[in-house]
Amino acid sequence: MVEQEGIRRYVAHVILWIGIAIVAFPVYLAIVASTQDNAVIANGQMSLLPGGEFLKTYYQTIFVGTSGTTREPVGNMMLNSLIMALMIALGKIAISIISAYAIVYFRFPFRMPIFWIIFITLMLPVEVRIYPTYKIVADLHMLDSYAGLSLPLIASATATLLFRQFFMTVPDELLEASRIDGAGPFRFFWDTLLPLSRTNMAALFVILFILGWNQYLWPLLITTRDDMQTIQIGIRKMITTTDALTEWPVVMATAVLAMLPPVFVVIAMQKLFVRGLVETEK
Amino acid sequence: MANVTLRNVRKTYPGGFEAIKGVNVDVGDGQFCVLVGPSGCGKSTLLRMVAGLETVTGGDIDIGGRVVNQIEPADRDIAMVFQNYALYPHMSVYNNMAYGLRNRGMPEAEIKTRVEEAARILELAPMLERKPRQLSGGQRQRVAMGRAIVRQPKVFLFDEPLSNLDAKLRIAMRVEIRKLQRRLNTTSIYVTHDQLEAMTLADILVVMNGGQVEQVGNPLDIYEKPATTFVASFIGAPPMNLMSTRPDEIKAQLGANGSGASAGILGIRPEDFVITDQTPSGGVALPLTVEAIERVGAETFVYGARGHDEERIAATPGELPPGEIIVRIPGAEAPPIGQKIRVAAIRQKLHLFSADGRTRIEA
Repeated sequence: MVEQEGIRRYVAHVILWIGIAIVAFPVYLAIVASTQDNAVIANGQMSLLPGGEFLKTYYQTIFVGTSGTTREPVGNMMLNSLIMALMIALGKIAISIISAYAIVYFRFPFRMPIFWIIFITLMLPVEVRIYPTYKIVADLHMLDSYAGLSLPLIASATATLLFRQFFMTVPDELLEASRIDGAGPFRFFWDTLLPLSRTNMAALFVILFILGWNQYLWPLLITTRDDMQTIQIGIRKMITTTDALTEWPVVMATAVLAMLPPVFVVIAMQKLFVRGLVETEK
Repeated sequence: MANVTLRNVRKTYPGGFEAIKGVNVDVGDGQFCVLVGPSGCGKSTLLRMVAGLETVTGGDIDIGGRVVNQIEPADRDIAMVFQNYALYPHMSVYNNMAYGLRNRGMPEAEIKTRVEEAARILELAPMLERKPRQLSGGQRQRVAMGRAIVRQPKVFLFDEPLSNLDAKLRIAMRVEIRKLQRRLNTTSIYVTHDQLEAMTLADILVVMNGGQVEQVGNPLDIYEKPATTFVASFIGAPPMNLMSTRPDEIKAQLGANGSGASAGILGIRPEDFVITDQTPSGGVALPLTVEAIERVGAETFVYGARGHDEERIAATPGELPPGEIIVRIPGAEAPPIGQKIRVAAIRQKLHLFSADGRTRIEA
């Protein structure tokens, strides 16, 4: 940090505070809106101070849902989102660490072609292959299921590459020492490689959890039942009402609730996350 | 306790590169064998073949009367100390030492006894709960040794274990390794590129070059009677002075000995020269111009160029630039730079090699 004197320092702080205000104001507005009566908001007379409907709105949001289009309680949507995000994050980590292990530590036929095929899938995100993926999931009768929500998103070239890069920095002597110590491939993976990858896995988990939590297009396509919908889809459906007033307090409360799990994950894993990005423990 | 016998061991890499070109070494029970040579000579490859980390493409490796070519490293009853220690970074010192024993299904009580015994020998007892990154280089080195000791293997393998330590610690650990090996009386094979480590540690010294063994033997024998010019210039620091000689010079200096009748290479160690005006009978005398002086305290190295008129003694192979001679003299007294001096060596201290440097000629 550059130490600055007097007025320049205050100017810098003012600019930072303005930045924070710009970022935080919409969030604040959402929180405020979720505590007010719908009629007030609909009139366009919303106050910038919190109203008195906090408990009522959040109770209704979590346990009942809107009275209009979707009657699904947001608590259930959050559960769906949570299950999907966890399955995606953990599934991606598990699959990619195993495939990276195979690619780095085993010599098998077509090792490099397989590596390049994995690499090339980076160019084919879900949006590009959405029709064939949908067809496969539908044929496997996985529509409206957690497996259908998460499995197609689990295969991950990015995470595989990340683990591959990390494994390549692990000294060969560790593997050799393990061999002399009588550890086979499985033991080496479990006893040495996994503990060493701990911070990398944590960093990936944070990123992948948020990625999974924020999925929109895929859940929109493959969930039709209201009780399977995720919170991101739920918000969207709440806003579009054909013949009734949008229940803004509930929508805002849902938005606030949708923010909480990612925020919680980031705060809880911040230390590991930063360590995973900046240092490699060797 | 076991012998280690290498019989015509070869290693050819899939690309066709021949790293080890047929090596025969016999290490007796409880002996300390040092493999020494310049980088790329195949000494580490050979050690890793004994460990089972590299496959053997020819010949047999025999540990304790059993050919182990096809046996997994873990089942060869060896323990290895790596250059970078290869400690498991996430395990405590205790677990680092215990890991190999646990994998063998040893009861926890016996593991505890063995680890504590090793920790006592290596003075690691206060740090058993620490992680490797909280230890100094020397302590990590000792943990790596501890990991080898607790296994009570038939053979210890050391792969340049001291090269990551600073000079002072290296000397201390060198002595410790030697004492430890004497105490445990375990057959050991030790790889180094440092000829001083090699000389001080070895019962049997194996000098390697280009995938082949140049000479095997007791370190002092090798020092006194190097079999090739390579060994002559590799063992001993500073290296032996080597100069080509013609048959008539050999005859003149060594007498009309039958073996001295061909052209060859004459070698004289820096410490065997004396600054004198006399020529010892049967010995060699050289006029030099002093070009550089290195004072180390107890001894001084004088670098000199042979005079112009001496050019008929042609280029010097080995590590010295052509025509340069190193002379070691005791003390710090040295002739000034630029002075012409005369150095001589007695007959018994002359080494004579065939012209290709591959054979020693006994004068």
